Amino acid sequence: MEHGSFTDETKSTFSMADEDHTLANALRCTLNQDPRVTFCGYSIPHPSDNRVNIRVQTTGDPAREVLKDACQNLMVVCQHVRNTFDKAVLDFNLTKPKEKPVGDINIK
Amino acid sequence: MSGKDKNLHNMSESESEQEGVDKEGIEWIMNLPDVPMKLPPHVELQRTRVECKADAPIHTDTIQYSGAFASMGFDNSLRLDNFRNNFKIEVIDLKEDDIEFDMIGIDPALANAFRRILISEVPTMAIEKVLFANNTSIVQDEVLAHRLGLVPIRVDPRLFKYSDKDAPNENNTIVFRLHACCERGKPRLTVTSKALTWLPNGSEFPLVSDKSVSNSKPKTYTSFSCSQNTLSKEFSNNPIGPKDSDIILARLGPGQEIELEAHAVKGMGKTHAKWSPVATAWYRMLPEVVLMEEIEDELAEELEKKCPVNVFDIEDIAGKKRATVARPRDCTLCRECIRGDAWEKRVALRRVKDHFIFKIESTGALPPEVLFTEAVKILEDKCERLIAELS
Repeated sequence: MEHGSFTDETKSTFSMADEDHTLANALRCTLNQDPRVTFCGYSIPHPSDNRVNIRVQTTGDPAREVLKDACQNLMVVCQHVRNTFDKAVLDFNLTKPKEKPVGDINIK
Repeated sequence: MSGKDKNLHNMSESESEQEGVDKEGIEWIMNLPDVPMKLPPHVELQRTRVECKADAPIHTDTIQYSGAFASMGFDNSLRLDNFRNNFKIEVIDLKEDDIEFDMIGIDPALANAFRRILISEVPTMAIEKVLFANNTSIVQDEVLAHRLGLVPIRVDPRLFKYSDKDAPNENNTIVFRLHACCERGKPRLTVTSKALTWLPNGSEFPLVSDKSVSNSKPKTYTSFSCSQNTLSKEFSNNPIGPKDSDIILARLGPGQEIELEAHAVKGMGKTHAKWSPVATAWYRMLPEVVLMEEIEDELAEELEKKCPVNVFDIEDIAGKKRATVARPRDCTLCRECIRGDAWEKRVALRRVKDHFIFKIESTGALPPEVLFTEAVKILEDKCERLIAELS
């Protein structure tokens, strides 16, 4: 849900239900690294509500688009992390073959 | 300070305006030969390292604002190709349940997001409902039910659905049966998790309220339409059961008996820790120990003795003893080596801000390397959901 003004699209607060520091802090970090952003921060209005507010202020682009781009960037980063990790695990298994699992006690 | 801030601010604004107007403009400027692409060494140190001084660590924050170094002509914005070139993962150790790996070139905000998701948002299966037919042991029903809940179950949660408000069926519930009895005259009996037997056909307890005698098959607490054995090849080759078979659940005295059914469902660690797929998932930043000057002879020996985890070695070159940093990774930053007069000038203790030593200890539902990939996927899903909500 977005709270902003109709006349000025460059400043908005986005309120997200069922999210916490996990997503909000990661997004704040990517948003702050975007040169179009002048201010970005997040807050959790009440610790027992599952809700975060992310404030985005930009130099001219609509805040909504900038936030969308940040999500997109974060996804690309995640995909790259996943690919790199899978490759690293594969490399490790090739160089040092996994020791044989010590007979599973559950299987008789 | 405020004047300086304003200055930085303006610069970043003009920079981004340029980018908005002409995408190549900023690239062109950044590629000019006399644009400094590196920060001066002391600022670079502040940006990339936490310095641990004798009294307190300094430069602990990560500088994220894209225009933070604009006045020095250094671009601090996120560039995906830069990230791709610098990001690295090295697996140090991988065992059945543990993984240790180095994640290099990523923001702490993201490393922390992965850690948080691992602990509280990667789903597993855990016992949620326990139906007691008989319990004459001294362990109360609710205590035993809680103990059962905490038993890790070796099954891939991705093969199951959340039960939400659906009736328990073969796609969202796993049923275990436990029947233990200590006969009179026998020694005390220890009931372990081995006694939990999987019922692939669902509950065997008939519903009490169900009075329809005519039905050939009495209604039970679950409504399975088929045996779970037929759902996946994995189940028939490798029957579902507790990950460890030697977890003590209760002890029975002579004449005591426990008969129950335990229903496991899918859930997340944020609801209850029993659903957390990891014992722990944590990271630490890579310690860096630097000798600021040559440390020789008695001082070298003193330094080697000071360190409780043996970070330093002594090199013997032509009769001269010289201290070297041999195992910086073992450093706990206890700061013992920079205690006492003048030592703070000789040794610098630092942490690399974007190098994380990540450890995941799985409880056994999924192998640790799969857990991490699942966690990253969950963060991706969160972004996707937000994009969908915004458009």
